[in-house]
Amino acid sequence: MAKIVVDVMLKPEILDPQGNAVASALPRLGFNFAKSVRQGKRFEIEIEGEPTAAQIAEVEKAAEVLLSNPVIENFVVKVEK
Amino acid sequence: MRVGVITFPGTLDDRDAARAVVVGGAEAVSLWHGDADLKSVDAVVLPGGFSYGDYLRCGAISRFAPVMQLVIEAANKGMPVLGICNGFQVLCESHLLPGALTRNSDLHFLCRDQEIEVVNNQTAWTNSFKLGEKIVIPLKNGEGSFQCDDQTLAMLEGEGRVIARYVGENPNGSRNLIAGITNAKGNVVGLMPHPEHAINELTGPSAQGLGFFTSILNAMVK
Repeated sequence: MAKIVVDVMLKPEILDPQGNAVASALPRLGFNFAKSVRQGKRFEIEIEGEPTAAQIAEVEKAAEVLLSNPVIENFVVKVEK
Repeated sequence: MRVGVITFPGTLDDRDAARAVVVGGAEAVSLWHGDADLKSVDAVVLPGGFSYGDYLRCGAISRFAPVMQLVIEAANKGMPVLGICNGFQVLCESHLLPGALTRNSDLHFLCRDQEIEVVNNQTAWTNSFKLGEKIVIPLKNGEGSFQCDDQTLAMLEGEGRVIARYVGENPNGSRNLIAGITNAKGNVVGLMPHPEHAINELTGPSAQGLGFFTSILNAMVK
């Protein structure tokens, strides 16, 4: 069994109020390392066996059509063992 | 004149929208998200709410509902479509309108009476208003911040496709104070605040929202 992971992030130019809220909460808790924070979504998709190139292409299509909104988000598809 | 009002699972403003259609002078026809049937309506309203629980992104799953395939096809042929709040989000996800609605900049769910200015009165849904007319209608949403890239913003402004702007302080971080936009033909309009909750002074802050529902009659008569 393999896991295909789709990471979806807001495009850099899109305002991310949730990331900003996290960034301002960190120093209140004494964590002073963050210059900025961006928040995204992660999808973990399990499939039977090793993924074929065709399956990965299908996941990429699904990421473009449903999992992300290309107007405001970018995505990356990767396979995890 | 038959105006369809679509109910998705999680829609909550469909009854007010249907009532506004009737008070505006048309017949309201209930449409169900799961039926691939527009029941011969002349126009469609996508009401507010939390369709499919706002899962994934607001409007992202509604876009693929059977009824929406017909709405997209008809809208591209010129049928008037008004998306209010969640309906606006569905129209953006359907690519009938450009841009996207994202979390309010202060992360709060807003519910208040909001003044907006009508800045395009040439669309199927805004022709009852005077250009520059200021109206007060409810604004109630968590993801009402209109965002798009610079090129899209320049296109919307250049083509006069912003139909309404917030007056005063920006309530949610929307670019250029945008409260509503239209498509190139002017038949599809998306609006974040809620005109259907402002059709008489007993139940709303004003009766000024009614103009959106009388406009559609003018548009069909023309």
